[in-house]
Order: sequence, then C-alpha cells, then structure tokens
Amino acid sequence: MIKRPFFAITRPKLRCARISALPAETLVEIPPARTAVFLVKGVLPKADEIVIRVGDRVRTGQKVLLARERAEGFVSSVTGKVASLSLRMRTVGQPYASVSVDADEQDQWDDAFGLQAKEPNLSTLAGFLGALPGAPDFGSLLNRNPGLETLVVLGTDEDLLVTKNQFVVHSDPESLKHGMEVLKKISGVPRMFLLVPDYLKEEAEKTGVEVKAMKALYPDTLSRMIMKNLFRKPVPVGKRCEDLGVGFVSAEAVAALPRAFSEGKAPIHKLLTVVRKHGAIVHAKVRIGTPVKDVLSALGEATHQGDRVVLGGAMTGRPAFSEEAPVEVDTDAILVQDRTQIIPSSDSHCVNCGECVSVCPAKMPVNLLIRYLENGLFEEAAQDLDLFSCVECGLCSYVCIVRIPIFQYIMLGKQEASRIKSAEEAHA
Amino acid sequence: MLDQKLLVGSHAPYWHNGSSIRDKSAHTVLAALPAVLMGIYQFGVPALGVMTLSISCAMLWELILNRVMKRPVSIGDGDAAVIGLLFGMMLPSATPWWVVVLGTAVAVSVGKWIFGGLGCNPLNPALVAIATLIISYKGIMDLDLAYLNYDFSFPAADPLKAVKAFGTDAAARYSLTGFLMGQQVGGVGTVFALGLLIGGLYLMVRGLIRWEISISYLVGVLAAASIFNLSNPEKYAGPWFHLLAGYTLLGAFFLITEYSSSPVNPIPMILYGVGAGVMTILIRNVGGFTDGVVFAILLFNVANPLLDKIRPRALGRSS
Repeated sequence: MIKRPFFAITRPKLRCARISALPAETLVEIPPARTAVFLVKGVLPKADEIVIRVGDRVRTGQKVLLARERAEGFVSSVTGKVASLSLRMRTVGQPYASVSVDADEQDQWDDAFGLQAKEPNLSTLAGFLGALPGAPDFGSLLNRNPGLETLVVLGTDEDLLVTKNQFVVHSDPESLKHGMEVLKKISGVPRMFLLVPDYLKEEAEKTGVEVKAMKALYPDTLSRMIMKNLFRKPVPVGKRCEDLGVGFVSAEAVAALPRAFSEGKAPIHKLLTVVRKHGAIVHAKVRIGTPVKDVLSALGEATHQGDRVVLGGAMTGRPAFSEEAPVEVDTDAILVQDRTQIIPSSDSHCVNCGECVSVCPAKMPVNLLIRYLENGLFEEAAQDLDLFSCVECGLCSYVCIVRIPIFQYIMLGKQEASRIKSAEEAHA
Repeated sequence: MLDQKLLVGSHAPYWHNGSSIRDKSAHTVLAALPAVLMGIYQFGVPALGVMTLSISCAMLWELILNRVMKRPVSIGDGDAAVIGLLFGMMLPSATPWWVVVLGTAVAVSVGKWIFGGLGCNPLNPALVAIATLIISYKGIMDLDLAYLNYDFSFPAADPLKAVKAFGTDAAARYSLTGFLMGQQVGGVGTVFALGLLIGGLYLMVRGLIRWEISISYLVGVLAAASIFNLSNPEKYAGPWFHLLAGYTLLGAFFLITEYSSSPVNPIPMILYGVGAGVMTILIRNVGGFTDGVVFAILLFNVANPLLDKIRPRALGRSS
C-alpha cells in the first residue's frame, strides 16, 4: 500500500481521512458520566504534599490542584465528590495520578474562570487553558519566554482516521474565526494562520483569516514534518517546534475559546472521532474525564473479549487496557477494532528488507537501529544511529514485513536513553 | 475481576500493510516459475527431479534445524523453499541426487541457520552452497560434462567456457535470440533469459526486491563487458552476450537482491550492484572461474555492512 513503486521518485503516502467522504456529518453529544476520571500527568508529588482528599467536593469547571505549590492539576468536568485517588505508571514509564469523581445530577459551575475571563491575561488563564482540548499544553505553549513568532492553528488532523479538526473547520468556522481573534488578543503572537487540508481551503478562506493549505498525507500532517515541509526549518534533535518559535494548536481548542469567554465557563468538552468496528466514523462531543465505556455504550458499540480499543488514531494512538480509561484532553479519537482485525506483532529477526528505511520520513537507519534496540544498546542507538531524530509516525512498524514492533522498540529506546542520560547527569 | 472482559493492549500502530515473508516467498516462487518450467521442458524429467528434490530437501533441512536449534518451526514462511528453489535453478539437470541433498544441507545450515536463521545470514544461502560445490567437487558444475549425453538443436557447449577459451569467434556460434528463448546449456532455471526478465520485472514492479540493486548490477555487467569488448573485440564477448549467458539474470533479480545480505540505502545499493556487476565480468574475462556471478555476489555480500554505512543524514542532524 505504501510501497515505493518501480522507478518512482516520490514515495506514496497514506491519505488521511476526509470529512467530505463521510456519509453523515453529525455530532453526537454523549451524556455526562456517573463517574468521571481525571488523569494528571507530570512529576508526581509526595504523599504528604497531596491536597486532594477522598470525599472532597469539586464543582464543574473548577481547577483542582493535586499538591501544594505545584501546577499539576485538572479542570473538573463534573460536580461531585472525589471517590478515589491513585498514583500509577504508564506503559512507557510516565507517572500519572488518577482521580475519580462521583458526579451529581446537577452541575454547579465554578466561577473562578468567569472572573478571570473578564480580563483575559495569559498568566492567570494558563491553568485553565491547559485543560483545553489538544496537546501540547495550551497554557504553557503560549506562556513562553521568548514568545512564539508563529502560531499554527491546525485544521488538519495528525493521525489517520482522525477528522475532528477538519470537522471543526467544516462545521463551526465562525467559532474558529472568533477563537483566533481571542487568541491573538491574549497571546500577542505576531503571526497566526489556519492550516487546512487542500480540499477545505475555500471553505476556510470564507472566515477571512489567513489560511494555508497542504495535502493531507500521512506523515506530513505531523508537526515536525510541517516544520520541515512548510517552514523549511527541520527541528534539530533535542529541540521542539516551540524552540524555533512555532507553536501548534488544534482548531478544536481554538473554536472552544469564544464560548468559554462569553459564557465565563472553563472549557470541559472534547470533540472525538470515534471509529467503529465496521469502519464508520462518528463525531462525539464528550466531557473530558468520561470513561470510554460510557462513550461506546452511548453510541451502541459493543466490545468483546480480545477486541482492541485505541485512544487516538491508527498510527500513534495509545491502547486502552480497560474501558474504564477516560477521555483526556489529548484524546482525539477512539478506535475500536474487532479481534479479527488485529494483526499481531512477532518476535522474528529483522530480514533487512529495507521497507522501513525507505518509508522513514526522518531518514533514520531503522534496519540497524532495530538490531541495536533489540539488544538493549540504547545509548549507542542514540549516539550513532539517530534514535532521537524519530518523528514518531509509526510507519516503520506499519510496513515491517516480519511485523516487528519497531515503533515500540524506538519509544522504549528513547525513554531508556533519556533515563540513562538523566541518571548519569544526576550522578556526575 | 476474573470475569472482566480483557482487551488486547499493544503499542501503536494498529494497522499493518499486510505484507509478510510468506507472501514474499510465494511471489518469488511465482516469479521464478516461467524460467523453471522452461528448464523442465528443455531438459526433461531429470530437471524436474533436481528441482523437486532441491526444494523438498531444503524444507526438510529447515525442519531438522528448527528442531536441533529448538526454534519454532519456520518452513511455513517459505524461505527454505525459496533457498531450495534458487539452489535447484542453478544446478544442471544431470546433477546426481547426493549433490542436491548435500548442497541444500550446506545452504540451509551453513548459509542460514549457523548465523541464527532468517534475516541473520550475511551471505546468500543458495550461493554459499553453489560456491561450496564449485570449490569442493571439480566437474560437478561443469556444464559440458553435465549435458554430454543430451541432443540439442543448439550448441551444447557452455557458452561462457567456449568464449573464455576461444574468444569472440566461439560466441558467433550462439544466437542471442536463442539465449532469450532458453536455447543454451546451464542450470535448470537459468537458461530461459526471457522468463527471468519477466520474473524480475514482476518482482521489481511489486516492490518485492530493491530495483536499484538489480538495475545497477545489470548496468555494471553491461558497462564492464562493453569496456572489455571495446578494448579487444576478438577476445572478449559483447555486453549482450554476457547479459544473457550464464547466471547473470538469475543473479540480478533473484540472488543479489536477497534481503539480509544486501544494503538498503540508496548510494550503497548502487555501489553494491555496480561493484558486483563489474566483478562478475572481471572474473569471467580475467579470473579463473567460468561464471563470475556466484563469487562476485558473495564478495559483495561481504562488503554489504561496510557499504551500508553510507547513509543519508537523519532529520534534525547537523552533521
């Protein structure tokens, strides 16, 4: 499918899903959950620093901090009582805290955001903007020093099958336009434009904002690839797009801004692309923190033993190990796969077919890298084989003829190499 | 908790393009089929015997080695069958049975499993076996002896050997169109040049081999043969003769492109292909062996890890 054809100079790419190709562009609103779960990522506080207690009451839209004098926290999307709090570890070793809240029938809105929204100011709003849908953290992105030169509002979707940003450009251009105006006012970023897939260009231009169009081909939709292809500024290893003065925010987040400011209510909803087992795509408006099982049952999608539920798109999503996993601010999609659709990975050796090398957008020597990583040579891989050039598109695993989970090895390698480096620095 | 529904959790991506080694092996067999069928038609039942024995022996050795090395049974991926197929294709139809059994044993054990199995072999397994036979048993691979008792409508002498001994005059006895249609003596699956070209084109179009290697190998062969031919037209045969005679086309599409013994980066692929092509002609015209394909490719297999160090600069790297 993504093989390089005979004598072709350009390589075929996977085309991202389009909004116009969908039969019905409707938005399903999922009712609030009985129990909402909020995951707080970042360095975990010590037990005696934690200020949230089981039994505490939280209000809708309230910014709840996890510990004293720390920024980590969440914006509650329900009104209710904290039912549990636990500290856990993600599959790739990232710690997080999980807070579940038993929701009341009625919402009681917290007014802190409303008060601050009257006089918008980045430093006070940062905490709330962090809860805006989309990664990276909106608040810290804008609150940088030196500030950003360009802010790209993504009307494209990064991953395959995800169409929620395109959906926003298509269905709510007015909010998007106002959102960009609000954002320009509070952020002071000199240049801001809307990036859309080329088929949505005319529609987007009607809003009057600056629009740029691109072919929505994977992996060109990833921010690092946009930096390379559109800005002609490849992001150096070890740096982020923001370090080069360019920030990326999702159209969904920007479109949520005007209503938040006019109503004085912190944004608590997330727009999701739900890909059902038979491939149908539904857009759902969900409160952040709603468990996946509530979303799926509201849509009438049943899962069974051995099925797979993915939070995110087909190439870069995260697996949900249980349907209790909640929708987070950066969950763009829920992909449900039937057990018969799952192609398992294997533990075979690399046969050196070269598919990964020819498909890699970062031109990494993946064939050599996988040999290093399989043998635990993480530092050597980082030093000699450009491990940290990876843009994390997942195409290497996608094309692997022996079905090695290369992408997983690369993520493991990155994590281990960083861990070794920081441990060495700590003991230096 | 025990009756909880369990979901499958795995790392991204959640899609795969569906390619597999089994598919690749099946397509390779399919691509080789025209040449093999023509060989069997040309040389009769003994050729069929050599091919079937070679494929089945290779698979059997694979199974035995799976057991001995306590590895999962891997004959299902078809790699052993392809090794057997390619090995059989290079043998003359009059090859004694024990040579086939011994050769496949060398190919699968020394060529493949001694290094750890599929993907770990630094050399092409089928070529390791052929090289072993050429060096160990003088005469076994001698085509003039092998086809002594056959009666063909075309000259039954090994064209490469004839040219090596008697110069371009000998080449005049052969017809290039005849070579294309399989009218030459050689390995069962190496005589039908047109069939090999069709098979090779199929593999390239399907993206199952790296076309850069095949094309640059052929360019290397043609260029080197042309230079030799121009320098002494009476002694050295022309480029088209070298392209269609011997193992050249089998080498270009089926042998040199073997995954784990060939480079993957663009410049190394071209150097590897051209280098092996030039070396083939050097061995044929200057060296001691009749056909240079086997040793030229093996030599460049060895050079592969070194060549593959030439690679493009990765994204975000300054030097």
